[in-house]
Amino acid sequence: MIEAQGLTKRYGRTVAVNDLSFAVQPGKVTGFLGPNGAGKSTTMRMILGLDNPSAGTVRIDGRRYAELKQPLRQVGALLEAKWVHPNRSARSHLRWMAASNRIPAKRVDEVLEIVGLTGVAGKRAGGFSLGMAQRLGIATALLGDPGVLLFDEPVNGLDPEGILWIRRFMHRLADEGRTVFVSSHLLSEMALTAQELVVIGRGRLIAQTSTRAFIDMASESAVRVRGPEMERLHGVLTGQGLAVRDVPAGDDGPAALLVSNSSTEQVGELAGQVGLVLHELSAQRGSLEQAFIQLTGGEVEYHAGALAGPGNGSPPTGTPVAPAQPTAALPRGTEAAAADATRGGDAR
Amino acid sequence: MTLLTVERIKLFSTRSPWWCMIIATALTVGLTSIFAATTKTTELTDLTPSATQFAYSFGLVVMMVMATLAVTTEYRFSTIRSTFLAVPTRTPALVAKAAVVVVLAGIVGEITAVASWGVATLIQPDAPLGLDTAQEYRNVFGVGLIYLLSALLALAVGLIVRQSAGAVVIELIYLLLLENLLPAIPRIGDHIQHWLPYTVGNNFIVAGQPETADGPPAIEGMPFGPWGSLVYYAAVCVGLFLVGLILAKRRDA
Repeated sequence: MIEAQGLTKRYGRTVAVNDLSFAVQPGKVTGFLGPNGAGKSTTMRMILGLDNPSAGTVRIDGRRYAELKQPLRQVGALLEAKWVHPNRSARSHLRWMAASNRIPAKRVDEVLEIVGLTGVAGKRAGGFSLGMAQRLGIATALLGDPGVLLFDEPVNGLDPEGILWIRRFMHRLADEGRTVFVSSHLLSEMALTAQELVVIGRGRLIAQTSTRAFIDMASESAVRVRGPEMERLHGVLTGQGLAVRDVPAGDDGPAALLVSNSSTEQVGELAGQVGLVLHELSAQRGSLEQAFIQLTGGEVEYHAGALAGPGNGSPPTGTPVAPAQPTAALPRGTEAAAADATRGGDAR
Repeated sequence: MTLLTVERIKLFSTRSPWWCMIIATALTVGLTSIFAATTKTTELTDLTPSATQFAYSFGLVVMMVMATLAVTTEYRFSTIRSTFLAVPTRTPALVAKAAVVVVLAGIVGEITAVASWGVATLIQPDAPLGLDTAQEYRNVFGVGLIYLLSALLALAVGLIVRQSAGAVVIELIYLLLLENLLPAIPRIGDHIQHWLPYTVGNNFIVAGQPETADGPPAIEGMPFGPWGSLVYYAAVCVGLFLVGLILAKRRDA
C-alpha cells in the first residue's frame, strides 16, 4: 500500500509535482498514467526517497522509504533499466544488491531464472539489449521478494513479445497479493495492464478511478446532429431527458449539437416525430488516445500543437468526447519531440 | 560489515580498479628501479630510503583517480540510485565505500613504497638503504598513510563534484599546479605553502630528512612536526569527506 499526501516537488520555479494525493492498494495492478513530463518519474523517485519532496509525504505501508529496514525486502523498483554499470556482469550487479540487504546469494540465481537471464548472467550488462536490460531491472526489483513493486514505463521500447511478458508478469505479481504500481503514458497499454488508474497531468491529479470507469468515461459515445431549426431541435432532445451540448462552428463544420449517450436511431426518430429537418446526423466515438489527450490536454507541459503548427492543437474542452478529428492531427513523432523538450528539465 | 562486502563486490567486479592498482605499482616501482640502476657509483651515498620514494606521487595520483571514479562512475551510470535504494539513509553506504577504497589505496601505497625500496636494495646492495631511524621508516612506510588519506580526499571531491572528468581535473590542477604555484607569490607565498594540505601531508614523509638532491623535497620551517602534519592532513581530508556526505544526503540522487 502506497499513500501520497499533498506530494509536491519544485525545481526552482517549475512545479513538477503539485499537491498530489493518491493511494495504491495491494492485490491489484495500479496504472500511473500521464503524458510525458507530467511528473510520473519524479513522483516515483519521491516514493523511493531518491528525491526529497518540497512538501507533502509519501508512505509505503505507513512508513517513509528512508525508515524501512532492508528496503529491498519490502519495496522493489524498476525506474530505469540502465542503472547498471556496463562493465559489471548481471550476476555481480544482483549479488551486490542482494548483499546490501542480507538477501541470500541463491536468490540471485532464482530471480535470474524467473526473468530468463540465467544464460547471460556472467555477461557484462553493457552489452544487453533493451529487453534484456529491462529483464535485469525486473530481476533487481524482485530480489527481496517485496510486497510493493514500482515500475516506471516498463514496456518502453520493448517488442510485442516483451510487452506481453511484462503484462502477464504484473498480473501474476498482483494476484499474489502484492501492490503493483506501473507508470505509463499509453492509455491503451494501461487498459490492458491495470485494474486501477491514477491519472496525472502537469503534476496534478486528474483522476483516481478504476480503469473500466475511466475508459467508459473516456470513450463515451455521442451523436452529432445539425439542422436549420437548431433551437427547436435542442428543446425536443432535452425534453426527452438527453444531455445536449452546443458545438460552435469550427474545424469540424458548422455549428451543431452533441448528444451524449444516445444513438443516431434515437435522435433521428425523435426529430422525425416532430417533423424536423436534419442536415447532419452522425455517431461520434472518441478513441482512447483522443480522450486521454482531451483529459490531460490542458495539463501537458509542452503542447504538441505548438510544435505541429496551427490548426492541429485541439483546445481542451473539458469533455471526454473528442470532436471528430482525424488521429493524424497529432503527427507521429511530435510526442517524442515534446518528450525531448521536457528532458531538458530532468535532473541529470 | 555487509556494506563493506557490498562495496568490495562493487569495486572488484569492474576492471578499472585493477588497472589503477597495477599501473600505480608498476609506474612507481618501475621508475624507482630505473633510478636505482642508473645511479653512478660515486653518488651511491645519495641513494637513501627517501630517494627510493621519489616517484611516489605518480602512483598516488593514479590511486586518487581510482578513488574518485569509485564514486563518480556510480553517478555516471546511476548505480548510486540503486545504492541509495538499498541503503536509503545513504551515509552508511558512502562510509563503507570510503573505508574499502581508502584501505585499498593504503595497501597499494605500502606495496609500492616497500617494493620501490626493496627493488632499489636489490639493484644497489651497497647503497645506504638500511632502515634505522624513525625518519627512515616514515620515508618508506609513511607513504601508505598518505595514499590512504589522499584517496579519502579524492573520494570526497568525487562526491561533491559527482562527475569523473570534472573531479579528476580539479584534483590534478590542485595537486600539480596550485600547490606548486601558490608558494611563488611574493611575501605571502611561503606562509601559504606551510598550510597547503598536500604539502603538509608530504611533510609527514619527508620531515627531518637530511638535505639530498633526490627524493621528495623537504620544506623548511613547517608549522608541524611529522605526526602533527599527518593529523592536519587527515583533518582536511576527513573534513572534505564530511562535506561530501552532507551534500550526498541532501541532494536528490
